[in-house]
Amino acid sequence: MSVTVAKPGEVRHNYLNAGDTVLSWLLTTDHKRIAILYLVSVSFFFLVGGLLAGLIRLELLTPQGDLMTSENYNRVFTMHGVVMIFLFLIPVIPAVLGNFLVPLMVGARDLAFPRLNLASWYLYMAGGLIATWAMVTGGVDTGWTFYPPYSSSYSTSQVTLTIIGAFIIGFSSIATGINFIVTIHKMRAPGLTWFRLPLFIWAHYATSVIIVLGTPVVAITLLLVVAERVFRLGIFDPALGGDPILFQHLFWFYSHPAVYIMVLPAMGVISEVVSCFSRKRVFGYHFVAFSSVAIAVIGFLVWGHHMFTTGQSVYAGMVFSLLSFLVAVPSAVKVFNWTATMYKGTIDLRAPLLYVMGFIGLFVIGGLTGLFLAALATDVHLQDTYFVVAHFHYIMVGGTILGYMAGLHFWWPKITGRMYPEGIAKLTALVIFAGFNLTFLPQFVLGFLGMPRRYHWYPEEWQMLHVMSTAGAFLLGIGFILPVFYLLWSLRTGALAGPNPWGATGLEWKVDSPPITHNFEQTPIVTEEPYAYDNHHEPEEVFSGTGASTTKR
Amino acid sequence: MALANGHDSHTHIVPIRVYLLVYAALLVLLVLTVGAAYLPGRHTLLNNVIALTIAIAKAVLVVLYFMHVRYSTRLTWLWASAGFFWLLIMFILTLGDYFTRHWVPAIGWE
Repeated sequence: MSVTVAKPGEVRHNYLNAGDTVLSWLLTTDHKRIAILYLVSVSFFFLVGGLLAGLIRLELLTPQGDLMTSENYNRVFTMHGVVMIFLFLIPVIPAVLGNFLVPLMVGARDLAFPRLNLASWYLYMAGGLIATWAMVTGGVDTGWTFYPPYSSSYSTSQVTLTIIGAFIIGFSSIATGINFIVTIHKMRAPGLTWFRLPLFIWAHYATSVIIVLGTPVVAITLLLVVAERVFRLGIFDPALGGDPILFQHLFWFYSHPAVYIMVLPAMGVISEVVSCFSRKRVFGYHFVAFSSVAIAVIGFLVWGHHMFTTGQSVYAGMVFSLLSFLVAVPSAVKVFNWTATMYKGTIDLRAPLLYVMGFIGLFVIGGLTGLFLAALATDVHLQDTYFVVAHFHYIMVGGTILGYMAGLHFWWPKITGRMYPEGIAKLTALVIFAGFNLTFLPQFVLGFLGMPRRYHWYPEEWQMLHVMSTAGAFLLGIGFILPVFYLLWSLRTGALAGPNPWGATGLEWKVDSPPITHNFEQTPIVTEEPYAYDNHHEPEEVFSGTGASTTKR
Repeated sequence: MALANGHDSHTHIVPIRVYLLVYAALLVLLVLTVGAAYLPGRHTLLNNVIALTIAIAKAVLVVLYFMHVRYSTRLTWLWASAGFFWLLIMFILTLGDYFTRHWVPAIGWE
């Protein structure tokens, strides 16, 4: 194994100081720099989506629509959904952590197609700017699901422009997926067999399969909505001879698996972090690896559970219900194996592990309430209520975002070469966990009582639950703003990180923090299984900004 | 690193003649598609069968020759087949809805 690490205090060439002009960033083909470009952009769109969420929660403080009109409320929740799903949740982990880590973890110098990787960022930005343009020139009011015939025949908002934006972002996603698949198949270091791959890589492989096979379907479907809207081509609108249920089939064929595009990469992060801070092998490695693939495949067979009450055949509903229950099996395999990994481990309760524990709890609640919705009879009562809203936020925020926060903190020393401040990071993890539950637990109750989603008028007896939810949302907002400050602060004043501050296994921890442009000076040779924590790997010393050595354990 | 540099030493060179032949075949199939639309009588089902058969033939030609799948590795074949397998999943489960929708007549339906 070639180990190329810097001495304490020595500033070596790395990918961050390889060029400091704007062009050196905008024209880079270095996967690590592209990951930083994505980090900045997705953070911006997360802020936009978050502000829109704040507006929604403010409006819902009172039972009357007193902050905005019903039309504007429709636009605000639609744009919150569009921005959060297409511009934040889908790209966030693959494009930021995946881009940075996939080549490092497989022992490659870059992704298979570096220029395609840069092109994917430009496509993302182009789609994002078009969607932003649509937002500032009137917005869109169809809900993020763009259901026709409302979207194709009746809405007077910026449907076409928003769809074109989403269509372009889809290509960015496909480019990333293809890059990961080819890199993982073709560019693994000598000795890095499939079952020596980190589970983060398995998760990203499964995610890429969904991206590549699913995204083209939604792209064409959305284009058909535009065709119906602009050219009056009858596809989905019954008045033109079309079938609106067909849209729902085609839309959810991608958009249900898209949930797994969001949460599978987070599951990859969880496996890495839970193993490192328990100082143990991941329990049932093969099962966890194959459960990612199983989720990717079964995830494509369950979309009809979004359509139990919309006119789909009850027999199709029965099949989709059964298949939806099946997808709970691989998800449960993961959760049980993570907990089994922690059992009798040497737990080091760092901020990333706090996020992981939050993830496991919230994902279990999100997953189990998904079963309520996958059951035909209960779904009739719960369809389109706040129960659904709470359920998918438990998966998307409690799952994906907590996984992302865990990963961002865990690999922050690798990405920047600096340690984040542990105390405030732990506090923030707790604030986010508390804020999240205060926001979304009351929404389960609201939904069960009958509060429909996408409405801003409601009976007065539900106000207390809405007030709790709004208070939680602001706590959650504080929890997401804090890391912006302390992570930026750490860039200048954080303790200098050595190559492997956590004593973790994996090739990314065997190179400098931050790594050199080409990652490895010599191609590494892998001779051991992943997560071999019982062999060696004690955490190394962390060096403070002045060069003086301090042990941070 | 062959793939990363864009120089795959195993690239198969296809003679231009093959491309031209495939192109000609695609044009012939296009004429057949248009012709089939003008078939006399109301053979909707037959028309659909003919049109879809021609479409599949065209797609196969494009995938095998223009997209080089015929000359690629088995891994590429696997991925190309996966695409069609997933298309099949989409068709079967969607049609599962359409074919069974009227088994239980709902109020207001014929």
